[in-house]
Amino acid sequence: MSDFFTVSVLLATVAAGIRLAAPFLLAALGETLGQRSGVLNLGVEGVMLLGAYGAYYATLRTDSVLLGILVGLAVGAFMGVVYGVVTLALKAEQGISGIGVFIFGLGLSDLLFQRQVGTPTPIDGLRDWEVPLLGGLPWIGEVLFHQNVLVYAAFLLVPVLWYLIYRTPFGMNVRAVGETPEAADSLGVSVNGTRYLTILIGNSMAGLAGAALALELGIFQQNLTNGHGFIAIALVYFGAWRPAGVMAGSLVFGLVSATVLQWKTLGIVAGTTASIVGMFPAVLTILVLVIVSRRTGAPSALTRPFERGR
Amino acid sequence: MPSLNRGRFLARLSGPGVLVGAVLAAAVIGAVMLLALDANPLAGYGALVAGAFGGGKNLADSALKAMPLLLVGVGITIAFRAGVINIGGEGQIIAGAILSTLFVLGFPDIPRFLLIPLAILVGAVGGAFWGGMAGALKAYAGVNEILSTIMLNLVAVQILNLLLRGPLMDPGEIERGSRIPHTERLSGNADLPILPGGTRLHLGVVIAVLMAVACYYLLFRTTQGLRLRAVGHNPHASRYAGMSVERSVVLAFMYSGAMCGIAGVTLVFGSLGHRLATDGGATTFTGAAGFNGIVAALFGGLHPLWTIPASFLFGSLLVGANAMQRAVQVPAALILALNGLVVVFVVASMQARARLSAAAALLRAEEGLSSDPAAPAGETESVREAPP
Amino acid sequence: MTKLTRSIVRSAWVVVLAALALVTAACADEDTRGRSPDDPIRIALVAPSASNDLAFTQSMVDSLNRLAEEYEITIDVTDGTFVIEDAAVAVRSYAEDGFDIVLAHGSQYGGSLSEIAPDFPDTVFAWGTSRDTFGLSNVYSYSVASDEGGYVNGVMAAHLTDSKVVGVVGPIEVGDIKAYIDGFVNGVDATDSSVTVNVNYIDSFSDVALAAEAAQAHVEAGADVMTGVSQMTVGATGVAREHGSLWFGAQSDQTPLGEEIVVASVVYSWEYQLRQIVDDMLAGEVNGRVIVADLANGGLTMVYNPGFSLSDEVKSAADAAEAGLKDGSISTGVQ
Repeated sequence: MSDFFTVSVLLATVAAGIRLAAPFLLAALGETLGQRSGVLNLGVEGVMLLGAYGAYYATLRTDSVLLGILVGLAVGAFMGVVYGVVTLALKAEQGISGIGVFIFGLGLSDLLFQRQVGTPTPIDGLRDWEVPLLGGLPWIGEVLFHQNVLVYAAFLLVPVLWYLIYRTPFGMNVRAVGETPEAADSLGVSVNGTRYLTILIGNSMAGLAGAALALELGIFQQNLTNGHGFIAIALVYFGAWRPAGVMAGSLVFGLVSATVLQWKTLGIVAGTTASIVGMFPAVLTILVLVIVSRRTGAPSALTRPFERGR
Repeated sequence: MPSLNRGRFLARLSGPGVLVGAVLAAAVIGAVMLLALDANPLAGYGALVAGAFGGGKNLADSALKAMPLLLVGVGITIAFRAGVINIGGEGQIIAGAILSTLFVLGFPDIPRFLLIPLAILVGAVGGAFWGGMAGALKAYAGVNEILSTIMLNLVAVQILNLLLRGPLMDPGEIERGSRIPHTERLSGNADLPILPGGTRLHLGVVIAVLMAVACYYLLFRTTQGLRLRAVGHNPHASRYAGMSVERSVVLAFMYSGAMCGIAGVTLVFGSLGHRLATDGGATTFTGAAGFNGIVAALFGGLHPLWTIPASFLFGSLLVGANAMQRAVQVPAALILALNGLVVVFVVASMQARARLSAAAALLRAEEGLSSDPAAPAGETESVREAPP
Repeated sequence: MTKLTRSIVRSAWVVVLAALALVTAACADEDTRGRSPDDPIRIALVAPSASNDLAFTQSMVDSLNRLAEEYEITIDVTDGTFVIEDAAVAVRSYAEDGFDIVLAHGSQYGGSLSEIAPDFPDTVFAWGTSRDTFGLSNVYSYSVASDEGGYVNGVMAAHLTDSKVVGVVGPIEVGDIKAYIDGFVNGVDATDSSVTVNVNYIDSFSDVALAAEAAQAHVEAGADVMTGVSQMTVGATGVAREHGSLWFGAQSDQTPLGEEIVVASVVYSWEYQLRQIVDDMLAGEVNGRVIVADLANGGLTMVYNPGFSLSDEVKSAADAAEAGLKDGSISTGVQ
């Protein structure tokens, strides 16, 4: 245990926790926006997988990480359009459509990978980038400012999204549409227009989250995300539909995971004990949900399709 | 009279046409994908159909693949009908498998005719416990069930790993030092008997079908089932009518979990290895039945009986996909992708269908037609097609 | 019953019946059992991961393809069957279809094989890695003395680490994987006991993201040399490349995963075991037994990355260890 409580290992663990939190955070922020407007997207995992594969494949073929990121975003946006048509225009039940999107993404990303790539071929993914000046700060610099671009992007999006939701007319529409779509409609707010936009942004962010994962790892594999998308949805509830809360949840999940990994690496926990410790993140999430969920409510129009005149 | 034809046409379209259309659309997209992958779609689909249905052995394989899908699907149906979403099938399957395995390890010498029903009962209790937790968390602590079931899935896998790499590991594996994470060969008294006919079909398939019928009875022929559906249909009205919504939610999850738990039992005691095994992930044991069961339930219109043919269809698709992979060298993942599309299409078409039939009814009313051949009268039962 | 459910079931039955009608003609079971001596030997492989995984499954597929240059054989592969029951069904189907040799390539398949093999006494089964034939004469069990390769890698790792910390990313503590890792640890220890070896079993053969994080944790703990086993290591090598940590491969030649960091790989070539099984079959003397490949019999080979400039000192230390293991003057200390 004493190996763990050295400054360098502790700092490295915190830094790892922040890095691990980033894909969760990106996807969960996107889902937050969507749910705030009343749309549940259970397909995050599938969109992440497709975004991850798109980013990986584009980078593999062009050696351009930037292009990879863009493709990840574009794939997410495309899935957003599809999901929007399915849930808004066709008013499909959102929970099950999402499961369909998940299964579709799981299958298609695997299919494309097997046919187009096959052998796991590494790519030069995202490298850590030291923020000038800040990166030189003792301790904090190492933890916060030696990360890759998408980690910074994920955390910068927290205030951006907060501003968007609480301080802009668009955000006001989003909240209105998510709580009382009928009232919003009578005030001339386009309910489905607003929802299309949040779905588009949310899915793009899920695609970006997948890209973040694939480009951080520099590899793709069948079911690469392995449940990341579902945990991201859990984090939205954990964070009580607030960007800061979602960030807190992502950080808790990331830090606990990083600590468990570090303990296993240093041999502090081994064998069967590791399984018990491996349950920590999930059990912790449930416990926090028990505490949190009592005092907060979901957007009241969540999962309810809008139909004028009802 | 074109207007009359239009009414008929809409009515027909709103019936099975939309559903078949969804499957056909997915099949066409699949054919395009096969072409894009330089494979002959006819050869591919031919191999798929032959692999799934060609001969008694393949049909038996399909039925065996469908068995856990059916049990999970029926469980999912109960939950959905009661207004809760259960995506914790994987965890509940594992819970049922673990508990029944522990029981059989503890009492291997109970005679077969007693041990099998007891193992199933114990497995159902395990699944019901694991599902009930999610139900209780939702009912009494307000924890969203989608999240709790996902998290409980993660916990169940860890417990499975913990047990199989620790106390439940086959002593022979420890002795030889190979340490494969599986139990010893479980008592032969708990082997699900093979059905006559020379195939691998075993009692588990019969149990699955019986359970589907039992759940139909529970949901549609008992007061409790009526209560569950009422709560699912309108919790506020049910509460007003004096029903306990909390109790209903927990019960629905327990029934749902029990079905998944039984799926776990059939997967262990009907397996070729007759033991509980893992390689660290959940799907190595469950084959993702906890998720695929949702697809089957949905395709079965969230009705226990119709889930029987629906899960057989999906089971055979999964079996056929492997045959297709071998025949035209297109990864079986294609079928997974198409399954996802079918789900999306079917859900998307539900609303379209409702609107079509409404339009048809309107046209008919205008045309003075009183009866609708596509939809016989007397269908008064209220059925929720989807969770809130 | 609602219109919806009614229509769904109707269409479901339509599909099922149509499918049944399509194939009733094509369901005659042909019995292909009984091989005449001139026919090629039909070998079927059932493997848990992809044929091109640069690890466990690929090593077997490559071996079979090389074997096909020497013998009259046909090869049929079902890969990616990580679901244990799916693999068992595939093994059984191959046996029913009259294949001569069915390879169940995964230690996790043993439980099912022990139940299937007695039903097909005329079919030869081989499974691995394992050292257990269940007392059946038609079951061969193949394994590798992976501890020997691990030991040689460990000797080199001990020489090459500057930070005196070495990291191991393992999947699950079983069979040849545990042997490789234990051999590696002992090799490091015997060469330089001041080096710390951190071992992290991530509980998965396939989770590349977790493997990457485990590798990252090793780097954070100071490791500058790492190794790992199974198909998930492609995640770990990415981290090694990013940090310029050296990497030792196992199972397949892992040079393609990082030409600038991979020093050497312990390659499993299964021809040694396969050849004995095929020869037994051709001679009509099937005799199930445990066959273990090692450095001495050539079933285990050290493959060096030509693009990595390994110093003569380290190379000769590795060669000395290899020679010592071959002639028995060195023991890996792994049972």
